[in-house]
Amino acid sequence: MNAHERIGAAIGAANARGEPAVVAYLTAGFPSRERFQSDLRRIAAAADVIEIGVPFTDPMADGMTIQRSSRIALEQGVSLRWILGELEALSPPLDTPLLLMSYLNPLLAFGLEPLARAAERAAVAGLIVPDLPFDEGEALHETLAARGLALVQMVTPVTTEERLERICARSQGFLYAVTATGTTGRTVRVPVEVTDYLDRVRRHARIPVCAGFGIRSREQLERLRGHVDGVVVGSALVEVLERGEDPAEWLHTLRGRAGF
Amino acid sequence: MSVNATEVLADLAAGRLPDAHGRFGPFGGRYVPETLIPALERLEAGVREHLHAPSFQEELGEQLTSWVGRPTALTFAARLSAEWGARIWLKREDLAHTGAHKINNALGQALLARRLGARRIVAETGAGQHGVASAAACARLGLPCIVYMGAIDMERQAPNVGRMRLLGAEVVPVTAGDRTLRAAIDEALRDWVSDPLGTYYLLGSAVGPHPYPYLVRELQAVIGREARAQFLKQAGRLPEAVMACVGGGSNAIGMFHPFVPDPGVEIIGVEAGGTGSTLGGNAATLSYGQPGVLHGTYSMLLQDGDGQVQETHSVSAGLDYPGVGPEHALLARIGRVRYESASDTEALEAVRALCRYEGILPALESAHALAGAKRWAAAHPDGTLVVCLSGRGDKDMPTLQQTLLAENA
Repeated sequence: MNAHERIGAAIGAANARGEPAVVAYLTAGFPSRERFQSDLRRIAAAADVIEIGVPFTDPMADGMTIQRSSRIALEQGVSLRWILGELEALSPPLDTPLLLMSYLNPLLAFGLEPLARAAERAAVAGLIVPDLPFDEGEALHETLAARGLALVQMVTPVTTEERLERICARSQGFLYAVTATGTTGRTVRVPVEVTDYLDRVRRHARIPVCAGFGIRSREQLERLRGHVDGVVVGSALVEVLERGEDPAEWLHTLRGRAGF
Repeated sequence: MSVNATEVLADLAAGRLPDAHGRFGPFGGRYVPETLIPALERLEAGVREHLHAPSFQEELGEQLTSWVGRPTALTFAARLSAEWGARIWLKREDLAHTGAHKINNALGQALLARRLGARRIVAETGAGQHGVASAAACARLGLPCIVYMGAIDMERQAPNVGRMRLLGAEVVPVTAGDRTLRAAIDEALRDWVSDPLGTYYLLGSAVGPHPYPYLVRELQAVIGREARAQFLKQAGRLPEAVMACVGGGSNAIGMFHPFVPDPGVEIIGVEAGGTGSTLGGNAATLSYGQPGVLHGTYSMLLQDGDGQVQETHSVSAGLDYPGVGPEHALLARIGRVRYESASDTEALEAVRALCRYEGILPALESAHALAGAKRWAAAHPDGTLVVCLSGRGDKDMPTLQQTLLAENA
């Protein structure tokens, strides 16, 4: 199985159990570098896919929570190089597919070809780059594709039909459907316009669709059931880690799994 | 990417840059969250439809004359020339309404925003000049205006905060990030992402995703067009050199653009050298930066080896920015414009000189161009030079109290 196919398989496995997949985000090295590997393992026990945030000084698509976690991670000297080293050192490796979520500039500074090589070594399945719309993403897409790595694309409620079609044709792993305009982390109600939009995205998509931005409650998850293949939880989980609580327990509660 | 200077100059002269992808050679482009793509495509279509349409140009021209006070004067600086050498002229953007070149862009974009049906305007500001210009233009056109400003800048440019509020703008302090211009742009972008279709982002410099670097250049090129025609009329020929300060680079690109095809005119940009060459001690992107992506554009950038954007320092808030417009990056790459830097100290000395010899208090930003002019004049005692005096310095009184005036006390 190609690295990027592992993502779809993990989401499909959750769906086969009758529930939406959960894609869990954490900022690498937040709240501390020492806890990164153990946090990853805890989250892997309760999530289907993990997104590892590479901190950046200017996270323009992120709200207060991820701005804060990124700043703290940077203050502790977290870098893309460190993250890849930590992932490579994971022993035993995680079964849960891992994605790197990074703004473009740290990737450019690392170099695209060295990045693809290092990501492959670290068993990373793909990348999400929030400031790289697919029109500008050709070089990265091709470099990653050569090694079977996914470049996950985002769509939003304001994406035109024609563009949605082009993005769907290109996206690998899953399609990241941003539920609301705005930055990450704000609570989003799930009105009928959102489910209509997700249904529209799903009609175009040939791969799983995961909804993200502002997902933090069991209630939202229930509202989204049947309209998505999975959900992305980011800021809410970062806040759990910030409070020193157990991320696995929180994720199990979110998924309505009793007895954990 | 290798760049052929002759081809680039021909493309620039023929108006073929930016290209269809918003590129100035390897630089430029559109690196933004997907949410902003429809808004940028709509803006691009609006620019194409309106910017050079006769009805828009007529409306803009009328406002520039009757409200902004254009054309601004070209002043021969006789006593400064006698002191520094060369023959120095000043393109007086400090005389434009609200006190700086920023109004050329703010007015033009506000007129465009109204045509595009925007319900509210957001803007960022560093020194406060773009914020004041945006607030004024929005008041003139009856549009609500929200200005994001770094908390540090609000302190050092306090007079402008009050001006913006009087002009009806809501000023939002930005306490995240480095609390200067860069954090203000981050925050304005976040606001825009929240309402990409109802809100118009009135970006103040020749930076950001396509079409902003192009749009801002076109609106600021009035500076260079006027200066070129005025100089030809006064001196009967073109100047040997033109000079402007460069932060994001809007006054500079406006000044330079009409002179780029003139092979006999040397063009010099002056960046903020701050306290020196150490990372974090300056904002001289083209001197010390590496290529990278910030705020939606691929250009030169002050960053560390991990691609993290560096904090900058300059005595002038308007130049205190780690990036630079993509067209400047290209002009530097092909060697058509020479970029150098002036230190905080040199800029302050230039403020003192212009006050004393010409009776003009320049903005600290513009004083960097003057500091460059002093060096150029020493090397070219018989030369002719036009300096873009991009703004006036009233807003800098808090800083000047702590520096020049404290020394005198």
